[in-house]
Amino acid sequence: MRERLLSIIEKNSRVDTKELAVIMGVEEIDIVNELAALENEGIICGYHTMIDWEKTSIDKVTALIEVRVTPQRGQGFDNIAERIYKYPEVNSVYLISGGYDLLITLEGKSLKEVSSFVSDKLSTLDTVLSTATHFILKKYKDHGTILAKKYEDTREKVTP
Amino acid sequence: MRNPLADKVVEIKPSGIRKFFDIVSEMPDAISLGVGEPDFDTPWHIRDEGIYSLEKGRTFYTSNAGLKELREEICRYLKRRQGVKYDPQKEVLITVGGSEGIDAALRAMLNPGEEVLIPQPSYVSYEPCTVLAGGVPVVIELKAENEFRLTAEELEEAITEKTKILILPFPNNPTGAIMERKDLEEIAKVIEKHDLFVISDEIYSELTYKEKHVSIVEIPGMQERTILINGFSKAYAMTGWRLGYACGPKAIIEQMTKIHQFAIMCAPTTSQYAAVEALRNGDDDVAEMREAYNQRRRYLMHAFKEMGLECFEPFGAFYVFPCIKEFGMTSDEFATRFLEEEKVAVVPGTAFGDCGEGFLRISYAYSLENLKVAIEKLANFVEKLRKEN
Repeated sequence: MRERLLSIIEKNSRVDTKELAVIMGVEEIDIVNELAALENEGIICGYHTMIDWEKTSIDKVTALIEVRVTPQRGQGFDNIAERIYKYPEVNSVYLISGGYDLLITLEGKSLKEVSSFVSDKLSTLDTVLSTATHFILKKYKDHGTILAKKYEDTREKVTP
Repeated sequence: MRNPLADKVVEIKPSGIRKFFDIVSEMPDAISLGVGEPDFDTPWHIRDEGIYSLEKGRTFYTSNAGLKELREEICRYLKRRQGVKYDPQKEVLITVGGSEGIDAALRAMLNPGEEVLIPQPSYVSYEPCTVLAGGVPVVIELKAENEFRLTAEELEEAITEKTKILILPFPNNPTGAIMERKDLEEIAKVIEKHDLFVISDEIYSELTYKEKHVSIVEIPGMQERTILINGFSKAYAMTGWRLGYACGPKAIIEQMTKIHQFAIMCAPTTSQYAAVEALRNGDDDVAEMREAYNQRRRYLMHAFKEMGLECFEPFGAFYVFPCIKEFGMTSDEFATRFLEEEKVAVVPGTAFGDCGEGFLRISYAYSLENLKVAIEKLANFVEKLRKEN
């Protein structure tokens, strides 16, 4: 039940508990209890809304920043990651295998805002060796949802 | 000029669905619950394989029976899913959709005047294909109180000296009915007793919501007298690729291959390459789609219960078959008024045989969001009708 429930609400967190009970074929109380448990255990960490900001009049810039750092004795990357993720403008921080160490996604109002974050805050950290910033020009698909195109039903309307 | 037409063909009635198709086509804003194919796109890795085969220049005929690779994958699939063994060399024919397999099987097996038992409500092609093959269709009317399953008594009653073939259309379009192992065991006794053959149309086999689908060929003694029809349309959302297959005894498949060879040559090559990928790496896609259908099915059953609309719980395909007898109108009247007044298209049960009278076929090959809008309109309409009475 847990896995099925998660896979449904991962795509649509607004389905209410009554409907979840119907489509999963279980009792509503079981859904309520399971959701509470998932929240308590920190498995469900939040209920976000997917927004295509490009379609609004609000300007936003998203950047992916590759960061190479020196791991610290006894701490590995955790300490440096924490120092970075505490900035509210940082959206996500991942430890990455391969050519660099941390991948940061960052949202700002303008190119200037993002670049000043990189030059003033990120690069000046002692353990940061180098950064490479990539600005996102267009989002085609995000969180499994295709933003660029709308679903169109092209089937014949009545078929046997 | 002489009459250029064959009487046999002219006498075949056009499908009852046609009328609704024509009306709905004139109503661009109508919502339709009348579609008999999946709403999902073919999974991308399968489409990609089709594209890749074109890029590589695989644009020629395959052998008449179909790509050897695909026939082998089909045999592996049937072993894995139904636990039955077929010889890919001699017992498998790749067809243009399941429909061609049904047609070819009937043509390969029927002598003039021999009778074919057709349980109804069921898919629209069995009767005309039987007639075109020179056979005589004999309808068995399935009953709502049996959840539209075929019982041994009903089968026994319909058999005459001329009966040769039973068509077994489960999981069923339009009712959503399934046959479970115990049901199949009962009818198998009758089939054996009267030395009948079976054409088992299992195109919806991957879409069952109780236990895994059981094929009649799993019942001892049945594989040697059954042509199993299946395909890629419903399980992998590949309707437009037109690809199916028939498996059965060598002697029958051989003759079917002859018909196929002269009428079709071979099934589309691009589709065959894509289908190999579907069978090799498509299990997860099928499971995901099945889960989505099941959610919608539960939603509809719940909605019918809330509006007090009688409907047995179907465990197969992607149709529900609610009963509308309480409103005192025919299926056709109900569907026509529903379309005119609420702009929602459903298919009257009579499109699938006379015994579909009093029922509607509602397809749930639509997203939950779309279903919700349509079901709200159905609830309004039902309430309105109840006030009228």
